[in-house]
Amino acid sequence: MGDAREEISEEIREETNGRRKFLIETVRGLGFAVTGGLVWSGFIEGKKAYPFILRPPGAAPEESFLVRCTKCGMCVEACPYDALILASPGDERPVGTPYLMPRERPCYMCKDIPCMKACPTGALDKSLVSEKDGHGKAKLNINLAKIGMAVIDRENCIAYWGIQCDACYRVCPLIDKAITVEYTRNERTGKHAILAPVVHSDACTGCGLCERACVTKKASIFVLPRRVAMGESSERYIRGWDIKDEQRLEGVSPETKTVTPRSSKDPLEYLNKGDF
Amino acid sequence: MSLSRREFLKTTAAVAAATAVGMTVPDELKAVVKKTEAGWRWDKAVCRFCGTGCGIMIATRDDRIVAVKGDPAAPVNIGLNCIKGYFNAKIIYGADRLTDPLMRVNEKGEFDKKGKFKPVSWQKALDEMVKQFKKYYSQMGPTGVAVFGSGQYTIQEGYAMAKLMKAGFRSNNLDPNARHCMASAVAAFMQTFGIDEPAGNYDDMHHTDTIVTWGANMAEMHPVLWSKVTDRKLSKPDRVKVVNLTTYTNRCSNLADIEIIFKPNTDLAILNYIAHEIVFNRPEAIDREFVNKNCVFATGHVDIGYGLRDNIKHPKYKVSEMDTASKEAYKILTKEEARALGSLNLKPGDRLDMKNAAQADAHWLISLEDFKKGLEPYTLDFVAELAKGDPDEPLDEFKGKLKKLVDLYAEKGRKVVSFWTMGFNQHTRGTWVNEQIYTVHLLLGKQSEPGNGAFSLTGQPSACGTAREVGTFAHRLPADMVVMNPKHRATSEKIWKVPDGAINPVVGSHYVKIMRDLEDGKIKWTWVMVNNPWQNSANLNHWIKATREMDNFIVVSEAYPGISAKVADLILPSAMIFEKWGAYGNAERRTQHWRQQVTPIGKAMSDTWQILEFSKRFTLSEVWKEHKITDKVTLPNVLNKAKEMGYKETDTLFDVLFANKEAKGYKWPDPIGKGFLNSEAAGDRRNVEGFKGYGFFVQKYLWEEYRKFGLGKAHDLADFDSYHKVRGLRWPVVDGKETLWRFNSEYDPYAKAANHGRFAFYGEAFKELPKGDLFGPKGAEKVKIHNKAKIFLRHYMEPPEVPDKEYPIWLCTGRVLEHWHSGTMTMRVPELYRAVPEALCFMNPKDAKTYGFKEGELIWIESRRGKVKARVDTRGRNNPPRGLIFVPWFDENVLINKVTLDATCPISKETDFKKCAVKVYKA
Amino acid sequence: MGIIRKYRFMILRRSSQLSLMFLFFAGNAYGWSVLKGNLSSSRIMDEVPLSDPFAILQIFAAGSIVSSEALLGALTITTFFAIAGGRVFCSWVCPMNLVTDLANRLRRTFRIDSAGKSWWMSRNTRYWVIGIGLIVSLFMGVAAFEWLSPVSMLHRGVIYGMGAGWAAVLSIFLFDFLVIKNGFCGHICPLGGFYSIIGRFGLFRIRHHKGKCTLCMKCIEICPEKQVLSMVGKKDGMVLSGECTNCGRCIEVCDDNAMKFGMRYISKIT
Repeated sequence: MGDAREEISEEIREETNGRRKFLIETVRGLGFAVTGGLVWSGFIEGKKAYPFILRPPGAAPEESFLVRCTKCGMCVEACPYDALILASPGDERPVGTPYLMPRERPCYMCKDIPCMKACPTGALDKSLVSEKDGHGKAKLNINLAKIGMAVIDRENCIAYWGIQCDACYRVCPLIDKAITVEYTRNERTGKHAILAPVVHSDACTGCGLCERACVTKKASIFVLPRRVAMGESSERYIRGWDIKDEQRLEGVSPETKTVTPRSSKDPLEYLNKGDF
Repeated sequence: MSLSRREFLKTTAAVAAATAVGMTVPDELKAVVKKTEAGWRWDKAVCRFCGTGCGIMIATRDDRIVAVKGDPAAPVNIGLNCIKGYFNAKIIYGADRLTDPLMRVNEKGEFDKKGKFKPVSWQKALDEMVKQFKKYYSQMGPTGVAVFGSGQYTIQEGYAMAKLMKAGFRSNNLDPNARHCMASAVAAFMQTFGIDEPAGNYDDMHHTDTIVTWGANMAEMHPVLWSKVTDRKLSKPDRVKVVNLTTYTNRCSNLADIEIIFKPNTDLAILNYIAHEIVFNRPEAIDREFVNKNCVFATGHVDIGYGLRDNIKHPKYKVSEMDTASKEAYKILTKEEARALGSLNLKPGDRLDMKNAAQADAHWLISLEDFKKGLEPYTLDFVAELAKGDPDEPLDEFKGKLKKLVDLYAEKGRKVVSFWTMGFNQHTRGTWVNEQIYTVHLLLGKQSEPGNGAFSLTGQPSACGTAREVGTFAHRLPADMVVMNPKHRATSEKIWKVPDGAINPVVGSHYVKIMRDLEDGKIKWTWVMVNNPWQNSANLNHWIKATREMDNFIVVSEAYPGISAKVADLILPSAMIFEKWGAYGNAERRTQHWRQQVTPIGKAMSDTWQILEFSKRFTLSEVWKEHKITDKVTLPNVLNKAKEMGYKETDTLFDVLFANKEAKGYKWPDPIGKGFLNSEAAGDRRNVEGFKGYGFFVQKYLWEEYRKFGLGKAHDLADFDSYHKVRGLRWPVVDGKETLWRFNSEYDPYAKAANHGRFAFYGEAFKELPKGDLFGPKGAEKVKIHNKAKIFLRHYMEPPEVPDKEYPIWLCTGRVLEHWHSGTMTMRVPELYRAVPEALCFMNPKDAKTYGFKEGELIWIESRRGKVKARVDTRGRNNPPRGLIFVPWFDENVLINKVTLDATCPISKETDFKKCAVKVYKA
Repeated sequence: MGIIRKYRFMILRRSSQLSLMFLFFAGNAYGWSVLKGNLSSSRIMDEVPLSDPFAILQIFAAGSIVSSEALLGALTITTFFAIAGGRVFCSWVCPMNLVTDLANRLRRTFRIDSAGKSWWMSRNTRYWVIGIGLIVSLFMGVAAFEWLSPVSMLHRGVIYGMGAGWAAVLSIFLFDFLVIKNGFCGHICPLGGFYSIIGRFGLFRIRHHKGKCTLCMKCIEICPEKQVLSMVGKKDGMVLSGECTNCGRCIEVCDDNAMKFGMRYISKIT
């Protein structure tokens, strides 16, 4: 190759110099772009992966939320309880996005949802915290918020020890719906009952008042994003005793995929090959 | 022998279980527990907070409390606690604990009413306190000084103060915060049974089929007892019924089969409806044998006022207060009242003059016919319409619930326990409503049996043990005796070894009256111990102003700075529960003792020490001279008699009352205190101002002397040492055995000795009464009714203040589970503070909507007396019906008692904190 | 007076930058409603929406539908700066300008450039960054530049607390001070690049009067985007490049009255 290059005449060289320079600059730019783009994407990926973030009420699902949020902080300003925090660099969370730390300050579930109203981009989505009233008009209902879900560590929750606590239950703004008290007899004493809090995912908004109120050293009831806290049961089985459960079928693909290592082979291949 | 963690857990559980069922624990196992716990010392004590009286174990290391646990051997709680109890280890270590005496001083360091607080020595503090006392005592005599005592005093502290005030200073101006708490229960016990305190015990919860709560939010206020109730409900869910009668939905409703929301004060009408229904429509439900043998019928005056000031035009009243104040003189009867009082020939619009306010407690015997006649108006239709508390509930539904309630009470063979606390007691007819519940139980013969009975629960840890049994009330002496009774005085003088005639026969100022007397300049020196009067009293603006604007001297013994400390002139840093020896008596008559666990913080000293040090500074000649009390009563000079008893005029009260020969017989060290501190007996490592201890076991002496009062009087307590070997004993303790159900000869040796059949209501007070009819006593002849209880006819009347156009909403106050009383301790436990950092105004969502309040919005709550700001909560633990709000009083930033009305039950003098009229508007 | 005149635009710019930041800060801290939010999105008097058009563009790229309010806000801002012309945002609004101006000043004071050029970067980098940003937005499904924009970190930091954002700001400062002259604002910042494009046809422009020019070159020396002053000393003319920030420093330093603000399409060139 080196020989071939030397054979190119001066004129050609000068002629190609302009194109070459442009070509090289473009390639360099592209290299810069690809390298930068990859680093950039990697950075975003790392931050996006943070799974334990609690968003304000009405937040769109995390993916959509992240794209819509312009990080303007107006929701944070709108919160009358100063409960929302705008992630600053070093918070290990997507910078500039709003989040809650319920142990410090929970969401007090304002009925008029000022944070959601302040959002200019729909990252906090009105439709997710609205319901139709009697006249078919959309009406705000903070109880529809799904900030996260409270989870109880039954090992450390002192109510499960039999201590009469239930501080979480009594502060719950959806008392007897999101948190109920489960009564069982205390077999150890034979004379007392255990009044243990139980969280109900259908009603729990994840406001975190319970986490804030919990009297154990580190909260034994705490809010996790619902996608972290909750499992998901197969839509191929519907609870026969719950008519509402059929709702899970909505939008489900009619195709059922079932491949296991055992079923992955073509039947003929299995039948015809190998020993018995 | 080394134990793995698992094995250890198993062994401790085994010990707990064994203790719970009364098994003897093999010594081998005990030793194991001891060994595993080495490095810290465990000792039994009692929870600092409510009247339940849970046993706890305290771990100490290096003279510090490091942990607590529920005492698995304590029968009340078997190792459990509520969250206040859970934090007993933290309550004495609040960051702002008072460590030095603080006095208001001028720049020269002299006392100055207008000065700022500065630390002073104990010597200086006590000297100034004594100087001020002597100034006012010599000016005004024994009525010019007063002490705010407590149901949270240890028994010995209360006893020492009662002895100092009544025998030493000859003043009956000693009244406890328990006046705010269970005075109505006491008055009703005395009037009904002739002796104080419940007949039953907590085992009733495990025997009964029916639990009815009347104005008692047990789920929050007695959480461990509520878990017993819950367990009973779970044991037989179909048989056991729970009914919650309340003026707003609270946490008890969650478990209840029936929730009855009634209009404030109509509990009086509902109880009469039950009695009416039984007497008129279900006579077969009456236990005739029981009633004939054990009961009489009685009634009293209705025109007794509302415990407000006699002078309805009192110059210190604000104009806005005048209309409510006037009710003390007369009331125009409403339609409902006139109907309820129909048997007295009263009509709507009649003016009822409160002629019998001064003899509110007078009562007399009536016939069954009169009793029936009195009950006649209380039909279902009348009562249901009157009492329905939730305007949104259909009337028929409410009627149905009332009928079911009667069904449960009246059902033959169904055991019923009725529980109540402040809903009944804090009531302008508190004594009446307490008596009415006995009426129902007595008519049905469902009293004083396992699982059957009306059971008054107390709020404070030693409201029973100290306030009631010791008698730290303005009218009381130990063991249910009273100052008005010459025999009682003589008995007390004898035990106290003070001259005949030393005790003042004139009832002193009760709690609310001390406040009023301070405002009127009739009391000018007062000492507050173990309570927070300027947060816990109703109509606070008056009393706060009086402290700073009147000529007086206020001493407050406190562990933490609160409102009362703030309005004081002198603050004495006080040792807290585990920093001293003590004993509490709980709601089931169980007396529990504990040892001093740690040295007090800073220069804090126990109340006993403060009382004794104060007493050192008075000679007999200063106090046992002649004192004019009223125009009619002058206390005689008893110095000569004292000399005959061998006292010298120069002897101090300390010498005579506390460090006498008998006292010194109780030596320290004592085997029962081996390895434990006793700061009063022997001083402690701090050597506070050179105090080396009194050299004798003062707490044991006080106990042993005190228990002499009750021996043989159905108030028998065991000796000091016994209580350190067991987990409390329920009095009367006769022959070393506790009494489970009083008045029942199967369980109660006194009832057995009365030889009156299965039951004997042997209490001796008010057992000689005139006869009369519904209008009054007739003739002077008195009938003896020994061993009998009274079935009272009491009526429905309105409270003095009801909502109107200007103040359209009922205000009810109370507590929350997380905080104790005025929050002095619990607001200093970070976890409890965080759980409930402020008092909220619980309101019906519809009301909030009507007023345009947002959730969490700050609003003003204003009455004729004052106003405070609080945040609205419409979805919390309490859900009031429309027209009623509930505000807890623990939060000094929401000083709701500036708003409440200081009306009291005219008989018990207990304030009604549950009812006044307010308006609410945006702040 | 001379001093004030000498720094008249600087004073106005700083006042504009600081008062805007203060109004944002007060919106959060004191609840003032004059200006709430931050430079990404905001509202004037709780009513008029404003949005950073570049951020909105990225959201589009990321495949999301943007609310009408945000669109309206972005349109308002775009229109404003398109009319105003040049990178008025950079020199009159952006708080990062204070940081980089300081870096630049120190760079001159310490004569960093006297050591000769050591690093070079194309001023077109910013346009590449815009492109990459939009592509990354497309692939990652988020507004890519908004995730690491030091400008946003700074203004959010001022309003809501910096957190570790100081590090980003400090690194920009050091980069501009010690590494590349006008490195961030003049080379990298895609926001600047974006406003260069928008402001290309705007009204307010620097005019150069060759006749008065003494070729002292102070304007070139002070200019953060010196390539836009290519006509200086050569011909009369307006600075037409969108990259000019309209900071007016060239006018201030010119002792010969050879530089002036003018209105494109309206003012005469001379």
